[in-house]
Amino acid sequence: MYEFEFEKPSTVAEAVAALADEDAQALGGGQTLIPTLKQRLAMPSKLVSLTGIPQLKELSDNGGMLTIGGAVTHAEVAAAAAGSYPALAELASHIGDPAVRNRGTIGGSLANNDPAACYPAAALGSGATIVTNAREITADDYFQGLFETALNEGEIITAVRFPVPEKANYQKFLQPASRFALVGVFAAKYAAGVRVAVTGASEEGVFRWHEAEAALDASFAPDALNGLSVDAGSMIGDLHGSKEYRAHLVGVMTKRAVAAAG
Amino acid sequence: MAKVSMTVNGKAASGDVEGRTLLSSFLREQLGLTGTHVGCDTSQCGACVVHVDGKAVKACSMLAQEAEGAEVATIEGQANADGSLNTIQQAFQDHHGLQCGFCTPGMVMSAAALLKDNPKPTEAEIRDYLEGNLCRCTGYHNIVKAIMAASGQDVSSIAAE
Repeated sequence: MYEFEFEKPSTVAEAVAALADEDAQALGGGQTLIPTLKQRLAMPSKLVSLTGIPQLKELSDNGGMLTIGGAVTHAEVAAAAAGSYPALAELASHIGDPAVRNRGTIGGSLANNDPAACYPAAALGSGATIVTNAREITADDYFQGLFETALNEGEIITAVRFPVPEKANYQKFLQPASRFALVGVFAAKYAAGVRVAVTGASEEGVFRWHEAEAALDASFAPDALNGLSVDAGSMIGDLHGSKEYRAHLVGVMTKRAVAAAG
Repeated sequence: MAKVSMTVNGKAASGDVEGRTLLSSFLREQLGLTGTHVGCDTSQCGACVVHVDGKAVKACSMLAQEAEGAEVATIEGQANADGSLNTIQQAFQDHHGLQCGFCTPGMVMSAAALLKDNPKPTEAEIRDYLEGNLCRCTGYHNIVKAIMAASGQDVSSIAAE
């Protein structure tokens, strides 16, 4: 790793001030950033840890709205959401491995917006709200492509608000070496309509499959998806799976998610 | 350089570290606790698993300063007070849960974390929990068997040695 300064503030205001320095970067649990630094693929002047800020560790369940602080770990989400939002808890409990889940944070995952990460599918599939130190951003506006988000320089995710659906499920086709999703589909049924979010598959990052949503609005059953498919042209093709394979998996995993959601 | 202080295996430990000093480097190079192994440079192998405030983490993927004030447990603190192997370590020996031994510190620390939360795991739960611990020798069967045995369960149904 290249050298950098380290700061661990205890309030959001201090963290925002620390991040104002040029080339300063926020550090969540570090389960992506530290390996990246070890490969010398990033060269921040300063890392500002967000894990010592009590406000970012808060969790609340306000009857139908689950609010998760930005520095809450995957393991903590898995435990805390098990009763209120089981599909989200299940997703969190299969990110990486146990040691990763004890450090990695929801805010870190969403700020990084890896195209194969699980949390972007949950946030987009739930129509979540990303709350920062400066504003609130709807998930539909937040995800803007590969590793691209609506966050400005130095903007910190303080919390994520998840409306709890009537039913939901996440199906992850595991890339067995990385534990990321080769394709992951989050399907959620709300009174206002069905949302289907797909991760791992597209060259543009997480996306909503609107055609499937419309079909599932009419009938929330796997058969409603018969004959529907995503365009293979915009899918990721790599040594783990071709564009056509991923496009096929999107259909299969969406059906499985709907079947499992019941 | 900044001063960092923590409790390691029940004893106070401190030292001067850089911002980029990893917890694994601090344990190994400054405290001389070389039982925490570093088997990869990609955060995948799990040989460096230690407990920080009771939770299993990869010491190679956490900055030393993030452990300021924490209770850290490493493989060196796992044996019984009289120096004999603890239940998990003894089970690894009894069931041949290691060959070269490089991954063993991480395996034992992960097993300890699992059994603390889930004292009677199923074979599937053990295999699932060891997702982040790579072993290139054993094929895992005897590691799983050792952890089952350490939890006081019958191991006769698990694949032969």
